[in-house]
Amino acid sequence: MRHLLSIADLDRSDLESLLNLTDRFVEVSRRPIRNVPALRGRTVVSLFFEDSTRTRLSFETAAKRLGADVMTFSVGTSSVKKGESLRDTVETISAFGIDAIVVRHASSGVPSTIRRWTSAAILNGGDGWHQHPTQALLDSYTIRSHFGSLDGLRIAIVGDIKHSRVARSDVQAFTKLGAEVVLVAPPTLLPPSLEGWPVTVSHDLDAVVGTIDVCYLLRMQRERMVEALVPSLREYAQRFGLSPERADRLGERAIIMHPGPMNRGVEISPEAADRPNAVVTEQVANGVAVRQAALFRLLGTESQLESLEPKGTS
Amino acid sequence: MTVEFVIKGGRVIDASGESFADVVVRDGEIVGVGPDLSAARTIDAAGCVVAPGLVDLHTHLREPGKEEAETVESGSRAAALGGYTAVLAMPNTTPAIDCASVVRDVQELGRRAACDVEVAGAITVGRAGEQLSPMGEMADLGVRIFTDDGTGVQDIRLMRRALEYAKGLGVTLAQHCEVSELSAGTCMHEGAVSSRLGMPGQPAEAEELMVMRDIALARMTGARMHFLHLSTAGSVAMVAGAKAAGLPVTCEAAPHHFTLTDECVESFDAVFKVHPPLRTAGDVDAVRAGLVSGSIDAIATDHAPHPAHEKERPFDEAPPGMLGLEYALALALTELGMDIADVLALLSWRPAAIAGIADTHGAIAVGRPANLCVIDPNHDWTIDGSGGASRSSNVPYVGRTVRGKVRHTIHRGAPTVLDYELQK
Repeated sequence: MRHLLSIADLDRSDLESLLNLTDRFVEVSRRPIRNVPALRGRTVVSLFFEDSTRTRLSFETAAKRLGADVMTFSVGTSSVKKGESLRDTVETISAFGIDAIVVRHASSGVPSTIRRWTSAAILNGGDGWHQHPTQALLDSYTIRSHFGSLDGLRIAIVGDIKHSRVARSDVQAFTKLGAEVVLVAPPTLLPPSLEGWPVTVSHDLDAVVGTIDVCYLLRMQRERMVEALVPSLREYAQRFGLSPERADRLGERAIIMHPGPMNRGVEISPEAADRPNAVVTEQVANGVAVRQAALFRLLGTESQLESLEPKGTS
Repeated sequence: MTVEFVIKGGRVIDASGESFADVVVRDGEIVGVGPDLSAARTIDAAGCVVAPGLVDLHTHLREPGKEEAETVESGSRAAALGGYTAVLAMPNTTPAIDCASVVRDVQELGRRAACDVEVAGAITVGRAGEQLSPMGEMADLGVRIFTDDGTGVQDIRLMRRALEYAKGLGVTLAQHCEVSELSAGTCMHEGAVSSRLGMPGQPAEAEELMVMRDIALARMTGARMHFLHLSTAGSVAMVAGAKAAGLPVTCEAAPHHFTLTDECVESFDAVFKVHPPLRTAGDVDAVRAGLVSGSIDAIATDHAPHPAHEKERPFDEAPPGMLGLEYALALALTELGMDIADVLALLSWRPAAIAGIADTHGAIAVGRPANLCVIDPNHDWTIDGSGGASRSSNVPYVGRTVRGKVRHTIHRGAPTVLDYELQK
């Protein structure tokens, strides 16, 4: 693996291998000292053209816990504001001598495009509506940690699929790992074409909620009202929000997931968000370990795996 | 001093038919067409097709305003390499070609160019779609086609008035069909690929609704209407229907719309960004079928140069457009499976008639200006990314091997290309 751009580039064994590696970092995270020197001397740049404090902090925490040096390129105060091109920004950063770039951009395809201008490994931290592969990995990891495997699970992804890189990545990861995915949304919030998507579709959350193991709710953005995609947030919440009544109808073992940040009262009721089977903070915690695994897979070597073994246990 | 040469040993093809003949040119004019002619100088055409110079109905020369991308001079040189002896310069320059003074400026630049530069005027002032441009004063300078290309005229009432007014001037309106309500904020065709890539797409209907509307307006006004760069199966069918109903409409298709599909966007390379966007394989098939059947009148390049740094921007931010002048003939010969005479009809005499320049272009006969191109139909070559004579290099066909290349181009009796090399 040279880059992590899209779940589409990975097969089932790649995904499982990354999840297995994540297990190791979760174990490390439970130790009193959470840092390991696996990527000491390596430099990771976070290049976020779009605000995302959570994802950026998660990646930076992951890199620091591996002993890597972290450079944060914040677009808001940089040369980009002065009109510097994407290419010049990437070439300039690369000239510092770096090993990986974590990139987030509002335009689909940017992580793929910038490969031309750097020898660093590229990790996609989210591009447009296209992909957010580490989110899909952390979601898959979280589900696996609850059910042992994704095989045979039925997972509903509910909400604004059309504009969601999380949904595009999750659909690919979940189905490659053996789960069945049902998309639940009004037609206006589905992609114009689902040709080639290994999913079923429902426009009725009530018909689906009693049949699923995972209820994955997507963030509903307020600007969608302006685009006349739904009549109102109120109607959206009534028809597609996870109300306490709907949460009651979830199976005994079913879990509730959300990529954050949640709009309480819109896609998820406050009461449902606080239930014990809502695993949103677990997702966040797993995010650090998953990103450690991704960084290690791109920058580390097998021999360095030994550095993960607990020391002084004798 | 008299300049005289003979183009010797070729197969002469134009709308009237074909024959093995030599063509003698003296002082800019064709003075002889027939077997075994001679002159002071000989230009070899053995094994080649001698055709009327090609005519492009859709060229962005970018001057004035965007000279870093192209100039009238550089664009006309690219045209000459592609076998063209006339191009129609689109008016989406800065400032727009929307009044007599800008028309005069571009015509003046055209006088020094490597091909005839016909000028298209804007339908509305600044191409803003709000107020009719002074079409009369531009028509007085020889402008025969008006368009807001780059966008379509959205306002139906304004488009109706424009057609009525144009009818009085005897000029043609050309439309870039795209309903902005369905295309705003999009960067590719809406379909399976855009859905997978997470890109905002415009549906085929964004084009088709305006084609449908303008056919209705052409019927209502009786004015002449030309449809630019048709890209969807539905558009091709509607214009074919309008022609069958006897309406005075014509249409064109661009080389990229019969060679490339939206799958190209999977690369996220903005060289594949264009308006109207690359469509599906089904649309490509329909455009090809329309060219073969004659329901599409012309191949027009929509040659749209952009500097490399603009095309290196993220796909959704990059400007739309791709080069075409140097590749259109070869792509048509290679991809369409048509007789060369039928391809030349699409590239020469039919567009010459639409542009209103059939008196100077599109035929090989004694007494006509010598606007000619000589094509080696068996010359295989691989398209590289240099962009040839253009100032830009946004070529979407890099690496593609094609058959058929322009060997010589003669513009008003002067060789602009000899043995594949530019002469000016």
